[in-house]
Parts: sequence; structure tokens; C-alpha cells
Amino acid sequence: MKPFAYVRPGSVAEAAEAFAARPGARYLGGGTNLVDLMKLGVEEPGALVDLTRLPLDAVEEVPGGALRVGALVRNSDLAAHPLVRERYPALSQALLAGASGQLRNAATTGGNLLQRTRCPYFQDVSKPCNKRTPGSGCGALEGVNRDHAVLGWSEQCVATHPSDMAVALAALDARVELYGASGVRTVEAAEFHRLPGEQPQRDTVLRPGELITGVLLPAATAGLPSRYRKARDRASYAFALASVAAVLQVTDGVVEHAGIAFGALAHRPWRARRAEEALLGAAPTAAAFERAVDLELSAARPLRDNAYKVPLARALALDVLTRLAPPAATA
Amino acid sequence: MTGQHTPAGATASHATASDVTLRVNGKPYTLTVDHRRTLLDLLREDLDLPGAKKGCDHGQCGACTVLLGGRRVNSCLLLAVSLDGCDVTTVEGLSGDGEELHPLQRAFQERDAFQCGYCTPGQICSALGMLAEAAAGHPSHVTDPAAPADRPVRLDRPEIRERLSGNLCRCGAYPRIVEAVEDVIP
Amino acid sequence: MADTTTAPPSAPERREGPLKVTGSARYAAEHPSPGRLFARPVPATVARGRVTGVDVRAALETPGVVTVLTHENAPRLGEGDDPTLAVLQDDRVPHRGWFVALVVAETPEAARAGAAAVRVDCAEEPHDVILIPGHPSAYVPEEANAGHPGLRRHGDPDRALTSAAVAVDVRYRVPPLHNHPMEPHASSAHWDGERLTVHTSSQGTTVVRAVLAGLFGLPRERISVLAEHVGGGFGSKGTPRPDVVLATMASVVTRRPVTVVLPRRFLPQVVGHRAPTLHRVRLGAGRDGRLTGLVHEVATHTSRVKEFVEQAAVPSRVMYAAPNSLTVHRVVPLDVPTPSWMRAPGEAPGMYALESAMDELAGALGMDPVELRIVNEPRTEPDSGRPFSSRHLVDCLREGARRFGWDGRDPRPRSRAEGPLLIGTGVAAATYPVLVQPSTAVAHALPDGTFLVEINATDIGTGARTVLAGIAADALGVPPERVRAEVGRSDLPPASLAGGSSGTASWGWAVHEACVGLAGRLSGHAGPLPAEGLTARSDTRGKADAESPYARHAFGAVFAEVAVDTVTGEIRVRRLLGVYAAGRILNARTARSQFTGGLTMGLGMALTEGSTVDAAFGDFAERDLAAYHVPVHADVPDIEAHWIEEDDPHLNPMGSKGIGEIGIVGTPAALGNAVHHATGVRFRELPLTPDRVLRGLTEAGAH
Repeated sequence: MKPFAYVRPGSVAEAAEAFAARPGARYLGGGTNLVDLMKLGVEEPGALVDLTRLPLDAVEEVPGGALRVGALVRNSDLAAHPLVRERYPALSQALLAGASGQLRNAATTGGNLLQRTRCPYFQDVSKPCNKRTPGSGCGALEGVNRDHAVLGWSEQCVATHPSDMAVALAALDARVELYGASGVRTVEAAEFHRLPGEQPQRDTVLRPGELITGVLLPAATAGLPSRYRKARDRASYAFALASVAAVLQVTDGVVEHAGIAFGALAHRPWRARRAEEALLGAAPTAAAFERAVDLELSAARPLRDNAYKVPLARALALDVLTRLAPPAATA
Repeated sequence: MTGQHTPAGATASHATASDVTLRVNGKPYTLTVDHRRTLLDLLREDLDLPGAKKGCDHGQCGACTVLLGGRRVNSCLLLAVSLDGCDVTTVEGLSGDGEELHPLQRAFQERDAFQCGYCTPGQICSALGMLAEAAAGHPSHVTDPAAPADRPVRLDRPEIRERLSGNLCRCGAYPRIVEAVEDVIP
Repeated sequence: MADTTTAPPSAPERREGPLKVTGSARYAAEHPSPGRLFARPVPATVARGRVTGVDVRAALETPGVVTVLTHENAPRLGEGDDPTLAVLQDDRVPHRGWFVALVVAETPEAARAGAAAVRVDCAEEPHDVILIPGHPSAYVPEEANAGHPGLRRHGDPDRALTSAAVAVDVRYRVPPLHNHPMEPHASSAHWDGERLTVHTSSQGTTVVRAVLAGLFGLPRERISVLAEHVGGGFGSKGTPRPDVVLATMASVVTRRPVTVVLPRRFLPQVVGHRAPTLHRVRLGAGRDGRLTGLVHEVATHTSRVKEFVEQAAVPSRVMYAAPNSLTVHRVVPLDVPTPSWMRAPGEAPGMYALESAMDELAGALGMDPVELRIVNEPRTEPDSGRPFSSRHLVDCLREGARRFGWDGRDPRPRSRAEGPLLIGTGVAAATYPVLVQPSTAVAHALPDGTFLVEINATDIGTGARTVLAGIAADALGVPPERVRAEVGRSDLPPASLAGGSSGTASWGWAVHEACVGLAGRLSGHAGPLPAEGLTARSDTRGKADAESPYARHAFGAVFAEVAVDTVTGEIRVRRLLGVYAAGRILNARTARSQFTGGLTMGLGMALTEGSTVDAAFGDFAERDLAAYHVPVHADVPDIEAHWIEEDDPHLNPMGSKGIGEIGIVGTPAALGNAVHHATGVRFRELPLTPDRVLRGLTEAGAH
């Protein structure tokens, strides 16, 4: 870790200015991933712009019934928030399925979205990684790739996004609120992260200097039945082998709304739009769920060590959807 | 962690060290810290408080757990420079000025809730933070999602285990740690 | 029969406990002294080759860096027995992660930055790191770890197997495993020109001192090595590791105190690991279940630095009566990090294979697995023919079955379900040899009526101080509160290391003898004690290491209940219970913790822990505690550890057997057997992670 400058701006605008003024600057949130990566030599910031004291730490209802979550709301506080638990149970469940109590107390909403892959080749600066060092190659493609992507990967990168929270946000139609040189904009949570393509070094659609100011949870999915389920190598404190978040609205015996996203299968939370389309207007039967999920996962291209992810994700999705559907429907 | 502080800001923008003031176990300290210094290294190397342990230095073991403003955190992942004005409690600060052990420390001793002792300060600080979280109604991965949000969570063994899972113990003292925590649940 | 309920046992509490729960116990890196430096090693980034150049200019320009040591400028070390300690002595890179430089700096941050700035150029050579069955370089070693013969044969096992009424022929695989004690390997050394003082995280500082004396050409009297508190070791700190050599080197060069703490991610490559083992077990039996033939073949790897052979076929020489047997090890030297001891080397993986195969045989015979073990109880140790000093495996099995509620179990696989969960139970036996080493001790009677026992034992978390004070108090006939035990310093009377479950037996023997001698002197002494008190010494050489006519082992039985989630393949342990016959238990409180800790590590070996050698890069893919899954609280249920009161006069004056390792033995097989009972699918490769379980369920059409 090289010596770096440190600034603590008093406002979002000051933060963006401070960032722009310092080459190699990084924004600091809870630090649970950034400091980790700095110790590994993966991140070598010239300056840290500390956002943690900006007034972005509230969860508040906005007119129209949406919920606005400040970027600096800690993961533990977001998971415990009564309105989140009541209206977006999948989000609370996803947060609580991730990391540990200590990490959730420090990690922020914005930082959780911006955490980097835990691919061991990305984390080891002595090995090739196109995400860390574009053009150096991908160590995982022919290496140990049990934890890697089965969907949407490229020859450049087979890493997965590690967040649980982001999977729930994608399924719930959340939007990410950004502030940058060109002003304020929002992006769908499901489109915030990218697929690797030819530019695996870019995890998200963030523009240089842009920062996350908050997440908007829409009124449309508020209060709908939603769930998150994750499979992992030990009972707690482990990244997902595969996970799924789903929200399902059944009206008059047919699916009126479905939001489904997979975690740990791709470079981003994988919004299962083909499955959702297949379900819309259909009766929520076991057969319909199987057809929809299989349609989505037919695009999977497993690597040498991770073929298990496809049946695992399938089983998780069917389990979650079945539990979300009215009991009579799947009987 | 709230409130506005004068930014180390524009005037000192190229400095790689800054002055910070922290309260640790009730005592104020002002130090000039290398920006790279973590809270864990500040405690261990600057203040000679080795209770918080360096097991992994990456937030993967929990041995460095301390209470920051009463909340449990991994001190290995917090940069000291960012904590100006904060209040830190380490295992050394639990028993107060007297010789008396904190009831949880006593319970760990009586239950034989450790062997090598290296994870113990982190387990104890984590458990204290966890008890406060449960009392405040914070759910865990194993809490019934339908449980009311405004009531304390009753801590049965699955709850304690899930909530303490951020603290590894390689000696396998887990069953005894759970008993020790149960001993101090009000 | 010792009962353990939820109440703590009444035995004395850990003496160092108050220091540990308040954070005042100091470990190896926690001894600050003025001018202390921090050093960080630089690992090689090729799997095999030669260092062709080390560019240290940028590192030396890094603020705070004091010096950089490489093979070109590091002090030359004397000849030693352990080639893994010959760091920075030449240009060879025998495996990825081998240390090629050491950056010494004023702060840990500067050392880290300096290490990142060192440029090492290597000429890379082709490497081979993957253990495969039938590897062309495999050979049968003369000896495996702990001096066991590489091969033993009795009768005609092939014929016995061919003609057996019932036979199983099965293969199992145990991956590389990492010790990962919570305290990483760390040493602080200070050479002041006259004396070398070292704080190190070690399982035995007598050995550390001897090794440093040899490597640095110093008389032992000028070296003090201290290990007052040690944050676990599980074998990986049994002998010195590179950290203590590097810290000493740096202090010799700088004449300042130097601390080296190995980063967690470096440990898998440089402190030893449990080598992977590939097992083929063939069992032949009559319809009555009696074994007629037993063949246990083990393939494993070692490094090209030194030969270490995990003696995984050895427990098959101890367990069951089989007139025809073959137990053999084949080892392949590869360009991998050097394997070493990890809790119950040999027994832990070997008994996973043997006890899983016994379960498979019980299934083939339609026989209860507890009864199958009982009918194969040998009258003497099968391999040596020596009588057992005590055994009581049958008692452990019966007592465990009673406590666990084994009777009435439906033996049919896949006979219990709760919604998507399949429930099953399993059993396995455990064994671990009785090892004991010579040690010396001094006992003092002080004028104030208290006693002091001195011995360079090491407390790695076992409660050595507490147990030794108890042994001394027993021998002296005084309450333990009046006895102080000083341990953990090389200037105390030399003693053996805390390894091989031999500590308490070895140290306790010496303490007992010294105290018996002291009691004799006290009984012959009239009037008040002189100011310097009375002293007695002991040395158990010739006794502790005398050949015994008996086969001496501890035994145990492990029972487990698991729930297997058919949706995800996730396994949760519901119950885990061990019953042990381990001689006299000297402190029920600390003993229970040792058994429980072993059972927990066995749970990890069965379900969560596994490492992968990366064929392309040559190191382990799982190098940190996020990727290598040590069990967490949520994985571990209420674990019960019980023991049989065993009176064995052929051990040592206390009548104790070692208890530090047997807890891990048998546990993986008990859990694996329970998973088979739950699912009807036999998994033969550890760990039983969701990917494997789900695949197995799917292939069996059970998903």
C-alpha cells in the first residue's frame, strides 16, 4: 500500500470536486472491501475521499410510496429497518445472508454495490487478470473456477459479482441514484453492473468520478411477496455458490408480476427476464416455474469446475418461486 | 459517526499523515497517523493495546472485533484517519478500572469458552455488540421474517450461533462460547 | 463413567484464563521494545525455477524501509536438519510462495509497501503439482511420518479378498487441508550482539532454541526463546517455521528488535499442510462379518524440499483383526509446498477411509455397523502382535450407542425425511497412539509454603499450566492453589514439544517425578525451610522413551446425525457425540474442550474444509479465511464429549493418554456415514460441499 492523501468533504458536490482534483482518487465508504483490496495491492489509490460523514444515511419514504435509501446507510441498519422488512423482505433477507454482523455494521449500501469480485486471480497481483490488469489474461478461465460464472462471461473474464444485496435490488426493480459531473441520474439496479465483454475492468456503468448517493426502492414492488435464498459452503459467513431473489404477484390465479434475479452466476446480478416473461399471465404452477427457469438457464455455459451451479440455481429458484406462490396454485 | 468535521481538505491535500483524536476505553488520544494505519494497528502498535488480535487482517476472522460507538466492527478494515472524534471500546476497556471481570469475561472463564485465547477478545466484543443488536430488534438470517420489528429478538442457540458467525475459533470452543453468552442474557 | 451436562465440570479453571479474557495475555508479536522493526517476506511467484535477479532499489527508496535481504546478501546459515528453514540461502525456487526476499522497515505499513516494490526476476522451469493415481514418480518410502514402515504385509491379502464371502473395494479422496491457527505464525527476535531473545509462536521452544543455535552458530546459553501464549498450532508450529529464522536474520543484520508476522495468505505455502491422500481400501469378510483380508493403499504427495509422508494407512494396522493384510504408502514428490503435521496426521485421513469402508462393508453384510466393529475386535495389536495396554473400544461404542440412542435406528438408507430434508445417523471408531517424550523438570518448595514447578512445556491452548500444577499438587499432596507452574521459556528445564498428543504425558511425567523427589526431601527435612527453599530435579530419559511391551493407543467412538437439504445439497450437523477411552482424564474441564475442539475440526474436515492445488500456478487456490472454510458458529451444534474411566498401569505415573488429536479422528467418517444413511448415496471425496452432494443426489436420481 503506497502512501495516499485523505480528504473528508462536507457535501456531495465537494466530494465530486475533491475526487476530480486528485488523480487516482477513490471514494471511501465502509472500507470493508476497499481497504482489503488496498492491502492486497489490487487498489492503489493516490487519495481517498471519505464519504462516510455525508448526510446520506437515512431511509425515508418519498411521495408516491417509494423508499429512498441513502448510500451511506449501513447494511445492518438497512436490513433491520421496519419498512424494509415489511415491504421488501427479500432485501432484508439478502443483506442478512451476507458477510458477518461486524461487516454489515460497517459496509454501506453504496459500497456493497461497488464491491469487487472475490475471484482469487483478481485478488492476487502475481497472477494474470484482465479485470485488474487489462490485457494480462484470465487466470481463472483455465484455473480453479468452481466459484466462477456460468452466464454472460467472456473470454476476458469469468468472475462473478459477490453481493447478495444487489441481487435483491435487481429483482425488486430498484434504481441506483448517481451524482456526477453531468448532474444527477438514476440507473436500474439490474443494469447498474455490466457483463465483462471486452472491458472486464469496468464492473458498472458508473462514469469517472460519479458516486452513488442512494438507492430507490419502487412503490410498484412494495409489499409484494418476495424472498431471497442462498446456498453456500458453510452455514454462515460465506459467499454464495448460487442465490436467487424473487418477487411474485399472483392475481386471479395468474402471475401479474415476476421479478427474478440470480446471484453468483455472472459478472452481475442476473435478472432473469426470459423467465419472467414466460411466467407473466401464466398460472403459477410447478410446471410453469420449471419451464420458465429452464428457459433462463438454458443460456448457461459452465466452466470446468462449476457445472453444479446450473442445477443448484434451478433448485433454488423453483424453491423460492413455489414458496412465493399462493399454496393452492402449485398443489 | 455523524456530525460535520472540518475536512482534512484542500489545505492538506497532499499530506499522507494526519492528526486524529479518538477516545479509546474512555481515554482521549491525539496522534499523528499514517493514512494507511488501520484502527487495529493503531490500537496494537501506537497504544500498546494488543487485546484486539490480527488473525487475518482482511475481515475474514473477527479476531480484531472492537466496539465503535457501541457497534461491533472489524478494526482491521477501518482506517484510523477516518475515525477522528470516534469512541472505541476494546476488550481491555470492558472490566473498568477495577480488577473485576465483566460478567461475560467471567462467563468465558467459567465455561472454558476458549483454548488458545487468540479469538477470545473478538468473541467477547462481538457478543456484546450482538446482544445490543438483538435488544434493539435487529433480525438475523435465522430470525422469523414475520417477527415484529420493534421488539427485542429472543436469543435461542441458533440465533446466537448465526450472529456470532463472524468470529472464527479454530480451537472449536463454539459450544462453550454459546453457553457463556447465554449466561449473560438478561 | 464421566458425565458432562451443560454445567461446567468441577475441575480447576484455566490459570491463564483471566489474562486471555481481558486481552492482557501477550502473544509472539505483542512484545514491543524501543526501536522495533517490522519485516515482511516476499514470496516467489513462479511454481519452480531460479531467481535470476532481485531489484531492491525501489524498495530501498520506499520511506521507512531499512534494508532488504535476499539470497545475495542474507547471513549464511549453518547446516540444519530442516531444509524448509534454509531461507534466502540460494537462488532456487522449489515451489510458489517460497520466500525470496525480506523487507525490513520501521512500520508494518512501510514493510508492506517495500515488499510490493521488490522486483524479482525468475527463470521459470516446468512444474508438476498434481497428485494423480499411478503417478510415474510414486515410490514406497522406507518410513512414513513418525517412523512407521512404509509397507506392512501379513499373510496373503489378495487371496483372502478373492475368496471372501463379502468384499468391498472402494476409493476415497481427502484434499489438502490447512491448519490455520487463529494466530498466524509470528516471531519477534532481538540480537543485541551478545544475546538472542526471541518471542515466537511455537509448540515447543526447546527445539526452536536448538535449531537457531545450529543455524546461527550460537551456543544455546546465549539464546532465550519464549512462547508464553500461543494462538493455536495444530501441528503447524511443531517445529520452527521460516518466520523465526527471518526475524533472527533481520535482527542480526540490523541489531534491532524485529517482528515478522506471516500474512494469513502466505501460510498455506510455507507452514506445512495436510497432504492430500488418495485411498484404496479393500475389505473381505465372512458372512459373520469377521474380516479375512484388509488392504489399505495410500497415495500422497510431498515437496521436492523434503520428504514428508502422511502415514494414513497406519491406523489400519491397529484397528481390526484381519489375518491377511497389506498397508502401504506411495508418495510422489511434486513442486508443491512442503506438507507437514496437521492434527492427527495419518489417523485423521486414514480413519476416514477405513471407517467409511467399514460402514460400506456393514451395508454389504446387512449388519449393524457398531456390531461389525465389535466382532472384529482384535485380541492383540494386529500388526505387532503386542497386547494392548488398554483398549475399551467396545465400551466406547456401546456407551456411545446408548447415549446417542442408536438402538432402534432404522438401518435402511434414506428412511427419514422432514420435508426437503433427509435425516441420517452414522458411527465411526477413532484411535490415536500414545506418544511420550523425555523431559526434565524442577520442583521447588518455598519457605512461604508454596511450590514452584518449572518446565519448558508450551501451552498452545491445552491448559498445560493448569494440568501440570494439578499433577504437581497430586504428587506433593497439597492443594493446587499452592502450586505455581512456570512454562513457555527455553531457560526453564528442557522439555518436549506440544505435539503428537504427548505434552501432558511427557511433561507431567517429569513434573510428577520432580515432585515425588521433592516430597521425599521434604519428609526428611526438619524445621523451617532455608531461604532458597528445597529443590528436586527430574529427567525422564530412559523411562519415558523406553520401549513398551504393550501396544498403547487411545480409542473412541463418534456418533453423528445430519440433515441433508435436497434443494441445495447443504448439510447441517444436528448432533455430534464422542466417547473416548484415553486413560485417566486429568482435568475434566480442559479435557472436554480438547475433545470438543477435535470433533469440531473433524466436522470441518468432513463438510467445509478443502484446498485445491492450482495446476497452472502451483499454489493453493484457497489461501485466505474467506476461501478456506473453517467451520463457523452456525455450523457447530451442541457437541457432546464423554469418556470412559480407564485405569491403565502401563502408561506413565498419571495413567493418562493424549487427548489433543483423537477428537478429529473418526468424525469425518461418522458424518460421511450419516450422510449415506440420510441419502442412500455414498460420497467418497471430502469435503461434502453442496456441489458434490447435489451432483451425487442427481446422479442417483434422488434429487
